[in-house]
Amino acid sequence: MKVSYNWLSESLDLSAVSPEDLAEQITLTGIEVDSVSEPAKELKQIVVGNVLTADRMEDSDHLNITTVDVGEEDPVQIVCGAPNVKAGQKVVVALPGARLANGMKIKKSKLRGVISNGMICSLDELGFSDSVIPKHSEDGIYVLPQDAETGADALPYLGLDDAFIELDITPNRADALSMRGVAFEAGAILSQTPKFTGVNLNEETSDSIENYINVSVENTDDNSVYKMRVIKDLVVTESPLWLQRKLMHAGIRPIDAVVDVTNYIMLEYGQPLHAFDYDTLDSKDILVRRAKGSETLVTLDGQKRELNQDNLVITNGRVPVALAGVMGGENTHVTAHTKTVALESAVFESSLIRKTAQSLNLRSESSSRFEKGLNRETVQQALDHAAALIASLGNGQVVSGTAQIESEQPVYQKVTTSADKINRSLGTDMTVHDLESIFDRLGFESSVTTELVEVTVPPRRWDITIEADIIEEVARIHGYHKLPSTLPHSESVPGELTYAQKITRYTRHFMESCGLGQAISYALTTTEKAKAFAYSGKEPVELDWPMSEEHKALRQSLVSGLLDNVQYNVARQSKNVSLFEIGRVFNQTDSTLPSETTHVAGVMTGALVENSWQESHVEVDYFAVKGIIDEWFDTLGVREAITFVPVKDYSEMHPGRTAKVFWNEQLIGMVGQLHPSMAKERDLNETVLFEIDMEPFINNEHDTIKFKSIPKYPGTSRDLAFVVEETVLHEEIIKVMHASGGNWLKSVRLFDLYQGENIEDGKKSLAYSLSYLNPDATLKEEEVTKDFEQVKLALTEQFGADIR
Amino acid sequence: MGIEEQLTTVLAKAVIETNAAESVKELEAIRVSYLGKKGEITSVLKGVKDIDPKERPIIGKKANEVRDELTALLSHKKERLEKEALERQLENETIDVTLPGKQVSKGQTHVLTQIMEDIEDLFLGMGYQIIEGNEVESDYYNFERVNLPQNHPARDMQDTFYITPDVLLRTHTSPIQARTLESHDFSKGPLKMISPGKVYRRDTDDATHSHQFHQIEGMVIAENITMADLKGTLELLAKKMFGEDREIRLRPSYFPFTEPSVEVDVSCFKCGGKGCNVCKGTGWIEILGAGMTHPNVLEMSGVDSSKYSGFAFGLGPDRIAMLKYGVDDIRNFYLNDQRFLQQFKRKG
Repeated sequence: MKVSYNWLSESLDLSAVSPEDLAEQITLTGIEVDSVSEPAKELKQIVVGNVLTADRMEDSDHLNITTVDVGEEDPVQIVCGAPNVKAGQKVVVALPGARLANGMKIKKSKLRGVISNGMICSLDELGFSDSVIPKHSEDGIYVLPQDAETGADALPYLGLDDAFIELDITPNRADALSMRGVAFEAGAILSQTPKFTGVNLNEETSDSIENYINVSVENTDDNSVYKMRVIKDLVVTESPLWLQRKLMHAGIRPIDAVVDVTNYIMLEYGQPLHAFDYDTLDSKDILVRRAKGSETLVTLDGQKRELNQDNLVITNGRVPVALAGVMGGENTHVTAHTKTVALESAVFESSLIRKTAQSLNLRSESSSRFEKGLNRETVQQALDHAAALIASLGNGQVVSGTAQIESEQPVYQKVTTSADKINRSLGTDMTVHDLESIFDRLGFESSVTTELVEVTVPPRRWDITIEADIIEEVARIHGYHKLPSTLPHSESVPGELTYAQKITRYTRHFMESCGLGQAISYALTTTEKAKAFAYSGKEPVELDWPMSEEHKALRQSLVSGLLDNVQYNVARQSKNVSLFEIGRVFNQTDSTLPSETTHVAGVMTGALVENSWQESHVEVDYFAVKGIIDEWFDTLGVREAITFVPVKDYSEMHPGRTAKVFWNEQLIGMVGQLHPSMAKERDLNETVLFEIDMEPFINNEHDTIKFKSIPKYPGTSRDLAFVVEETVLHEEIIKVMHASGGNWLKSVRLFDLYQGENIEDGKKSLAYSLSYLNPDATLKEEEVTKDFEQVKLALTEQFGADIR
Repeated sequence: MGIEEQLTTVLAKAVIETNAAESVKELEAIRVSYLGKKGEITSVLKGVKDIDPKERPIIGKKANEVRDELTALLSHKKERLEKEALERQLENETIDVTLPGKQVSKGQTHVLTQIMEDIEDLFLGMGYQIIEGNEVESDYYNFERVNLPQNHPARDMQDTFYITPDVLLRTHTSPIQARTLESHDFSKGPLKMISPGKVYRRDTDDATHSHQFHQIEGMVIAENITMADLKGTLELLAKKMFGEDREIRLRPSYFPFTEPSVEVDVSCFKCGGKGCNVCKGTGWIEILGAGMTHPNVLEMSGVDSSKYSGFAFGLGPDRIAMLKYGVDDIRNFYLNDQRFLQQFKRKG
């Protein structure tokens, strides 16, 4: 809502407050101010001119040479390109030295050798938006009324000497979508009661509305109030300048006097009105009802609309003539030939209007007001005011009486609270007197005692219905800056991270300490990427109405997005990329909501160690990444329960370098090298990635660690080298060693793996170091030897190991 | 030549040789050649048994003196030589201590996580719990339970990604508040919570809009919680995020789930309130929305609004990070360009 300071001055004394100060106070007490503009600050040397002569330039098809009286001794010569310039017009002239809206400066100039001492202005050049300029002035200059005073400052004629406060109105303050609403708001701030001029309606008593219109409403839940007046014997003309400029500055294009008045009244009262050309209604019976499935209506914009049960329509008893509250019909709108106007002022059910406006994509000033609610008290007053004005501007007469259905009366809501409750809610110590004066400023009747505060809220503030609303009104008028600052003093409760949160934070720190940087990617991605690397075989959760293919489905894996990030970085000369992400993945379930599971995933490519004066280049490989997750599992206390199982059938992964990861029997993720052909597609070198479901770890709180005393006796170790088939897995060997190794075998470490010369094809040579320890006694050589022999035996029996 | 003279002569020779020695090895050779089993002094001493028993103690004493003197001399010399050798060695071992060290890589925390954890830690310290919820929510919890019924005009303020007519990507973290209110046992103490997480809106991504962003909402519900408590809490938060000198101001606003509702501005951290490009000349920057929890929200969760009241606030870590670090494009947070992420590696 763009509020004209001058318009507001019609009901309030603003002499003591500048537009900027007023805007600041409005912001701090109620409604956010988007901007304050004062066009006159940009414009200068712009005067009213009287065109004395206007002649087409000889060798030009569009330029005119004019002489214009600008109130100086001699008229000035101005070359003007506007097609509508004519002698006798009063126009807006920018004199040499003038500055126009877009910062353009006017100088004496020559056009095709002809001297031009200024410019005759279009509204566009004065800063009006194309969307508000009257159609007839769109391509040319704007013509002022004949009584404009030649040589005078032109800005007041166009309302450019005004200031405009752009309000950003939240849905609860729709009462401020009208000048009167804003006047009450500003009045409360300034401690003034706004004064409005009364409506001067002279009805033509010899003619009565019954002769013209009979109103009925199918369902008063849809349409609680419907009123219609008729204005007859009209001549529809252009509206006067004062009206046009008010509309233009409010962002509405002037059309004709009838339409302009309906818009003006809407701005003044917040009550949308609609004017029908009475003769085209072709009926006395106005019926408001739901549309039927088969009906159509050609709306004002020339579009044929298919209607349905959810649309409320105004009919002439037979067919729809307007979409209630949204847009009129093309066949019944006011034209230059209209003689009789049927003027509608109504209250339509807001959600109905909202649905219709939304489904037909027809949001307008009027529909948005119906949606957000309006002041029930001024439905009739707005209608009367508009009828009187239309009649006076068009030399017509208002037929006596209003045809109406009025199923409800405006409500004066009584809300009760107490001073104590107000002070307890706000942390203040306001007195009865303080509260009384706040309600006075708001224009609410109140009865205030310490125990009971009873406030009567007028219908213009339909947003106030409960105690909390009253407390808000008190708080904002009192001023939030006056509230004390305290902290809640209540029983104290410990604030601490949950186990899951601790493990999640720990995992982040762990990954960072391993050199991986944290990434946050989009959860919404393409369907294809959402499914990639997830291997669930399920279709991803998709949006009902996505904005783009790019963000359509919820990810089932994190790696998919991370790989995009890696590719993005590598394509920008960051060759070494290590990123991880902790986030949710989503899967369809049998219940309404999909499952959300926290995963950790990482992708590494490029150098782990770069060539330097001291170190030589080490490329990221499978084992670099596996080492990270091995250690992570170890610190989570689950390493024993984790197994890695080779997997060949993940299409995105290297078939010989990928493992599924199991926690006990449960598949929780994978680690492996990106398939070289996928890597090539993305212009990546060897890239290794992992993705692990964290749920088992964040939801399973471990027992407390139990201290084991530091061994007092020395341990001993034995090395064991043997050759086995290359398909025998390290993890299987370790399992067998532990199973057969006896009580004192504490740990096994692989220290050599060799294939090649001297080793048969298809076999590998492995060397392990086995550590033995008896915490309670010194180990005897024979005991160790005996256990060690058992390991050898087991390896030979189970894997055919050839012990070296 | 008597034994005594012999000893003196041998000692003099040994002293000269010792003084001339340049290495520990030479010293050892000298020691062996004089004091070893076949050494000159040892040999002399062996001859003691052949002399007059009366002279033996005198010679013996002399011999011991010579041996001790030489031993001491050798030991001093050895010490000196070792010290010199060590000095030489250390001299040789000198390195350019300014050369770069071995590569250690530490990944950086995402800047949004840094902002969020700072806020989480502040509130943990004040006895708040951190409660996370689902990113996919029901329309009921996302809207209706926070006082936004079907066809409420304020639903326009949050264009929504729907999955089905009843299921959506949460547009704020408020459904967590509704769910927590429902389950909280007020007999065990007040409810003090913050809920950080990802939220989604139907926005076309550009420099200042993102279809995915983050939010942290906070809520305190107990008996006798006042709006002054909200103001004090937010002041603390503003100072924590933007510096001790910051002030805040509350402006009336509207959110369906709070009443009264306020927007909260912080005094501009760049210009201190004089007006600059960051605060668009106003001296104030809008950083969060807040208010007193609407009684409907409490009642819908089965909380007695005549007994309990409280406040709620919500802020956007993305916006905070943009303001605080001067990031001019929100998409940077989700592209994961290392050149961007690594700018926030510094901890101090």
